Amino acid sequence: MTAVLSIRELSKAYAGGLQALKSVSLDIEKGEIFALLGPNGAGKTTLINIVCGIVTPTGGSATAAGHDIRREYRATRALIGLVPQELVTEGFETVWATVRFSRGLFGRPPDDAYVGRVLKDLSLWDKRNDQIMTLSGGMKRRVMIAKALAHEPAILFLDEPTAGVDVELRRDMWALVRRLRDSGVTIILTTHYIEEAEEMADRIGVIHHGELILVEDKAALMRKLGKKQLTLNLQEPMTALPPGLEGWTLSLKAGGHELEYRFDAQEEQRIPALLRKLGELGIAYKDLNTQQSSLEDIFVSLVSGGKRA
Amino acid sequence: MSTDATGVPAFNRHGVWAIFRFEMARFFRTLLQSVLTPVITTSLYFVVFGAAIGSRFGDIDGVTYGAFIVPGLIMLSLFTESIFNASFGIHFPKYTGTIYELLSAPVSPFEIVLGYVGAAAAKSVLLGLIILATAACFVPLKVAHPFWMMAFLVLTATTFSLFGFIVGIWAKNFEQMQLIPMLIVTPLTFLGGAFYSISMLPPAWQTVTLFNPVVYLVSGFRWSFYDTADVGIAVSLAATLGFLLLCMVIVAWIFRTGYRLKN
Repeated sequence: MTAVLSIRELSKAYAGGLQALKSVSLDIEKGEIFALLGPNGAGKTTLINIVCGIVTPTGGSATAAGHDIRREYRATRALIGLVPQELVTEGFETVWATVRFSRGLFGRPPDDAYVGRVLKDLSLWDKRNDQIMTLSGGMKRRVMIAKALAHEPAILFLDEPTAGVDVELRRDMWALVRRLRDSGVTIILTTHYIEEAEEMADRIGVIHHGELILVEDKAALMRKLGKKQLTLNLQEPMTALPPGLEGWTLSLKAGGHELEYRFDAQEEQRIPALLRKLGELGIAYKDLNTQQSSLEDIFVSLVSGGKRA
Repeated sequence: MSTDATGVPAFNRHGVWAIFRFEMARFFRTLLQSVLTPVITTSLYFVVFGAAIGSRFGDIDGVTYGAFIVPGLIMLSLFTESIFNASFGIHFPKYTGTIYELLSAPVSPFEIVLGYVGAAAAKSVLLGLIILATAACFVPLKVAHPFWMMAFLVLTATTFSLFGFIVGIWAKNFEQMQLIPMLIVTPLTFLGGAFYSISMLPPAWQTVTLFNPVVYLVSGFRWSFYDTADVGIAVSLAATLGFLLLCMVIVAWIFRTGYRLKN
């Protein structure tokens, strides 16, 4: 894989003294969906804004497709589309005019067929002649995405794309993001809906207090840090664990009606052995289920524990 | 078209055109108030100063009072409209937050200024010509130097649009944006010989007035109409160009430092 975006020791200290970003280095690969997670104020938006040219870094550098974001800003910005977090639109303009404007602003010759396609993709076609101020919040969000896509960017930043968006639209957006990725667009999204990252991302970065504390393939992250849990509903309640089960991390729950086995994702192969052992000991169960910790659990433990990878 | 090493055009003409078009669209969307307001205001000036009061004045430098005030009147509108259009054009996206798009776009500061200031100046020139046409309905007009008349019109519109662009970036809110035109530009215009010849003032005040930059702009413009001026035409032209240069330097500084544009 080749890095389409290369960030090297990027830092930002605001005039007020706030160190929003502390020497962040990160490579984004071409065609991936990268989710940047972190609590509010962690530095996600600052990182995006630096790459897009809205905020000036105080240190470090970044390149997009090999071009320096500051020296060769024309090349990098033409490649990048940004959907900012805040819902800001030119309320008096029509949808069509504002999207057409964005395309021109980013140096592309007019192409009404393409703009029309973007609007249709985002279910905005029927609203193309409406003033933006008359649209609902969800529709405005779509307009902002249409504006960001108007110049056919190769890299798309989505800063909290589904904040304040209803469930249906959120599903639509996820589908759209996947379609974009399939068409070759690299996508970097920030979110604090872990569910969103879990659903979509190929890789995940966690940013906390301006530092990138973890970058990992999503599946690997889930495997590495994910806890699994096997729960057995016992036929007969038990008061204490019988001898012979010391090798497993077991505990009794629900007044002795449930036997719970907690293990790391890598230890799955030990389950059959446990079940055989239970059979040998004559412990019968009527039902069993397994659960895997969500990305949210992983994220919370990372951020609260300050754990580093 | 020339391109830099990255294959991207060195001049983003589509970007400049997009900004220009976008800004002009606002003008045409509100065409009625954009055109009607100056036409009515100008007509009122002529009714009051030209007919009601002006008829009691004698000619100034061989020009009837009604005709004498036309260049000053156009200048007054040019100043206020240029400043308003340009400051509003750049302040509004700052206020709504849509400026993010401009800052993240592959447009250079020069291209941004060309788009915004170009549109604001174009609107002002258009208005200036509308006022001129309105005035021609009320008073006998002659334009001695049409080329210089247009030159002063375009130069002044450009200069004050640049100035307005600076005000729009500097202002933290709409109140501040109104402050400069209201507290500085309008008084300077009224005291700058827009409605009288400075030779009509007592000698001491004539000297004071020469520190008012607007005098040079109005005087030069009036010269292009009636061949008479309070100050030399070369001085007028130099003053206009000097102010233009000053505004350019400030705009360049704004973009170099990101002053009130970016963090």
